[in-house]
Amino acid sequence: MPDITRRHALGAAAALAVTVGAPLTAAAADGHRSHEEHGGHDGHQDLQAFDEVYRGRLIQGHATEGGGHHHGAGYAVFVDGAELHVMRNADGSWISVVSHYSPVPTPRAAARAAVDELQGARLVPFN
Amino acid sequence: MTTRKNQATLTAEEKRRFVDALIALKRSGRYDEFVTTHNAFILGDTDNGERTGHRSPSFLPWHRRFLLEFERALQSVDSTVALPYWDWTADRTARSSLWAPDFLGGTGRSRDGRVMDGPFAASTGNWPINVRIDGRTYLRRSLGSAVRQLPTRAEVDSVLAMSTYDMAPWNSASDGFRNHLEGWRGVNLHNRVHVWVGGQMGTGVSPNDPVFWLHHAFVDKLWADWQRLHPNSAYLPAAGTPNVVDLNETMKPWDDTTPAALLDHTPHYTFDAA
Repeated sequence: MPDITRRHALGAAAALAVTVGAPLTAAAADGHRSHEEHGGHDGHQDLQAFDEVYRGRLIQGHATEGGGHHHGAGYAVFVDGAELHVMRNADGSWISVVSHYSPVPTPRAAARAAVDELQGARLVPFN
Repeated sequence: MTTRKNQATLTAEEKRRFVDALIALKRSGRYDEFVTTHNAFILGDTDNGERTGHRSPSFLPWHRRFLLEFERALQSVDSTVALPYWDWTADRTARSSLWAPDFLGGTGRSRDGRVMDGPFAASTGNWPINVRIDGRTYLRRSLGSAVRQLPTRAEVDSVLAMSTYDMAPWNSASDGFRNHLEGWRGVNLHNRVHVWVGGQMGTGVSPNDPVFWLHHAFVDKLWADWQRLHPNSAYLPAAGTPNVVDLNETMKPWDDTTPAALLDHTPHYTFDAA
């Protein structure tokens, strides 16, 4: 299964990037709140960054550089610093690996749905 | 010849053998390989990129082959076992015999969703959730809480009436039979059942719940029912579609079979009833 192996390898790389990148992301969000007002690079309202505490969990989301995220979402979401795998549907709605069969309107809604579903559990890095 | 039966008609002996084979596969590690494969495709299949297992025309043949592989693994443990199917239009409440302690066990407790009875309850020690996306190692369900109603027979019939197999753009935005059965569009059949069960069934690692196989065996039967209703409707697309598995292209991860080779289920198994 060469393709799965490749996906695993890319997933591991992404997990590493999360470990390194999450604190920077949090710092950037704290220091540059104006980013939230400007939204994503393509101007879509639902690609705005967000950074909030929801039901006791820190949830964050931001567009990724050049849409280079390995599954093509162009957007990364984190719960307490661990990346939540999200995906954008063709109609603009969003799902996450935690709530895969139930689309919601925005990445923030996907993050909140994940927090509801996790009931306090920690995310395991995806691979 | 394998005959796939409605789960509601299984004898106590058939239920026991099916459950015992599942637990044997789990213990051997082979079960979790299926969960890993499924999640890899859930993560990798995208509407605007390569898509094979989900949100694409090959959703149905991909899961047909996936279930065949799983059924053969079960039969390597006990050759009398076949995958049962769950007709969720008929057995549509948490009181169904499907969820009894002698079969799959019931819903999760309210505090943490943990399944407390049946052969797959964490307390048995037989069903650790190893391939997971969060820290919880116990099987969870929340039957009927995230969405109240399972699809009705009338809703199923409205989808079976769609004569076109699939349509461009061949993804979650498509019109046609495949995407309405998968549930990204319209009355929502397959996706809604995952959400109704809840717990791991709502996630990318949904095969952690044994009901995954019974759900998909019924989705697979609905494909066969649709073929009988529309004998002149073919799998689409036929050829030359980027990122999408055409009729005669091979499918990952097996790379040795095509949708064309899987259109007829009867060389592999039959159903107990039309």
